[in-house]
Amino acid sequence: MLNVSGLHTFYGPGHILQGVDLEIKQGQVAAVLGRNGVGKTTTVRSIMGIAPPKEGRVVLGGTDIAGWPSHKIARAGVAYVPEGRMIFPDLTVVENIEVAQRVRAQKWTIERLFELFPALAERRTNKGSQLSGGEQQMLAVARALVTDPKVMLLDEPSQGLAPLVVRELANVITRLRDEGVTMLLVEQNLKLAEAVADTVYIMVKGRMVYDASLERFIEEQDKVKSKYLTL
Amino acid sequence: MDFVGFLLTQCLNAFSQAAVLFFIACGLTLIFGIMRIINFAHGSLFMLGAYVGYSTVAATGSFWLALIVAPIVVGAVGIAFEKVFLSRLYARGDGGAYLMVTFGLAVIMGEMIRVIWGPHPHGVATPDILRGVVFLLDQPFPKYRLFLIALGVIAAISVWQFLERTRAGLLIRAVSQNAEMVQALGTDVQLVRTCVFGFGCAMAALGGVLAAPMVTAFLGMSASVIIDAFVIVIIGGMGSFLGSIIGSVLVAYVQVFGAYYFPNMALAIMYLLMLVILVVRPGGLLGKEE
Ligand SMILES: Nc1ncnc2c1ncn2[C@@H]1O[C@H](COP(=O)(O)OP(=O)(O)OP(=O)(O)O)[C@@H](O)[C@H]1O
Ligand SMILES: [Mg+2]
Repeated sequence: MLNVSGLHTFYGPGHILQGVDLEIKQGQVAAVLGRNGVGKTTTVRSIMGIAPPKEGRVVLGGTDIAGWPSHKIARAGVAYVPEGRMIFPDLTVVENIEVAQRVRAQKWTIERLFELFPALAERRTNKGSQLSGGEQQMLAVARALVTDPKVMLLDEPSQGLAPLVVRELANVITRLRDEGVTMLLVEQNLKLAEAVADTVYIMVKGRMVYDASLERFIEEQDKVKSKYLTL
Repeated sequence: MDFVGFLLTQCLNAFSQAAVLFFIACGLTLIFGIMRIINFAHGSLFMLGAYVGYSTVAATGSFWLALIVAPIVVGAVGIAFEKVFLSRLYARGDGGAYLMVTFGLAVIMGEMIRVIWGPHPHGVATPDILRGVVFLLDQPFPKYRLFLIALGVIAAISVWQFLERTRAGLLIRAVSQNAEMVQALGTDVQLVRTCVFGFGCAMAALGGVLAAPMVTAFLGMSASVIIDAFVIVIIGGMGSFLGSIIGSVLVAYVQVFGAYYFPNMALAIMYLLMLVILVVRPGGLLGKEE
């Protein structure tokens, strides 16, 4: 569904992505792990067109979307759940979702989203700034889903959430996977990644240095963790 | 009774003044909200509106037509300016250049107006049905000013409802909170910016046409009005639409009553008001502190 190859991205003179390759199959979840500052967010932002890559291909269902402006990438079917959630603070819950709803959703209608996230339904007329971190995260996911995406990019959704809320989030992501939503999940929370991923990538200094199926990752994880993930 | 009548007409006077100020301030604040730039050319666009209005009336005899033609012409000028200059600066992320570029536009427009229309002021006749006065509590009050109040109220409510109830309005509010996110959710933010800039310019032009029958179209009109508009936007809160309504009314009241009671100090009182509000609420009445 999404095929990224040889992605190079710069911030000014900083060569942040140095040839990122990754692949997500239809209906699967790929987790990207890695220490702070290795370029996970930059990868997501490059795919999304917010930090356009200098080089490389981002092929979505057969079309190379690398270098497109981000609104066209969104319209092509990539949905974005950013690091830090980026909820519109002065818009209500419903309005936050409506911003993303350019055409009426076929699959993920607002009614369906409120079924999936009952906590949001109760707070539909509250402002984004009045929500808890967990509620904001759910809203960010709902806002992405309402576009009926082909691929959803989630950047550290568990960040700053209490363990109980992370478990709830894992349930939601699992449910979405069961419904066939293709996802790229950037995470530092290994438990969450292991609970939902089909494949695991590990990133070090702007490159993917490891990729494996979840089963293999779990087998090798002691070795892999000490090599790439712990400090 | 005399005093009540005086008070009533002065209050109405202030509201009519507020209406004209609102037309320029609301565009200024919307543009700031969405683009984070201060459009120094806004007063000149107001002035251009007055001159285009004058020419429309001169050519067709219809003030009503001028109210349609001037916003369209000036809105088009604004859109072209935004597309050619501002959008490129945006793509480059060059914040500091806006100031110079919009200031440059103000200077160029001022000179072009002088070349096209000459240095002398041009009077614009009040349309027949709005001429003369009505008596309110035995005090005469110009019909035209009542018309301004009505139009100001209609415009303020329309724009407010547009922002609150339409999808375009929702996107405008969203862009003013997080433009990058709106773009990543599938909206062409550059298009929103261009439209809002054009709309703000058209509103300023409407204000210019409306002011012309009272003050004529003259070369200095941009300078005085832009300062008032800045004060309004700062008082109301940069980027706040409702703030621009409240700010317009406050500034107009201070101007009208200040000019009556302290004729030499009206301007000083306006700045004093701004200062007090900024001390109490640094972001303006309805603004956010950044
Ligand atoms: N806007 C920017 N301008 C310049 N450098 C940046 C910018 N954003 C990120 N960087 C740099 O790029 C590198 C990768 O950052 P990135 O945010 O992609 O890392 P990350 O893997 O997402 O980290 P984290 O786990 O902390 O979220 C870092 O060294 C960071 O300092
Ligand atoms: Mg990150």
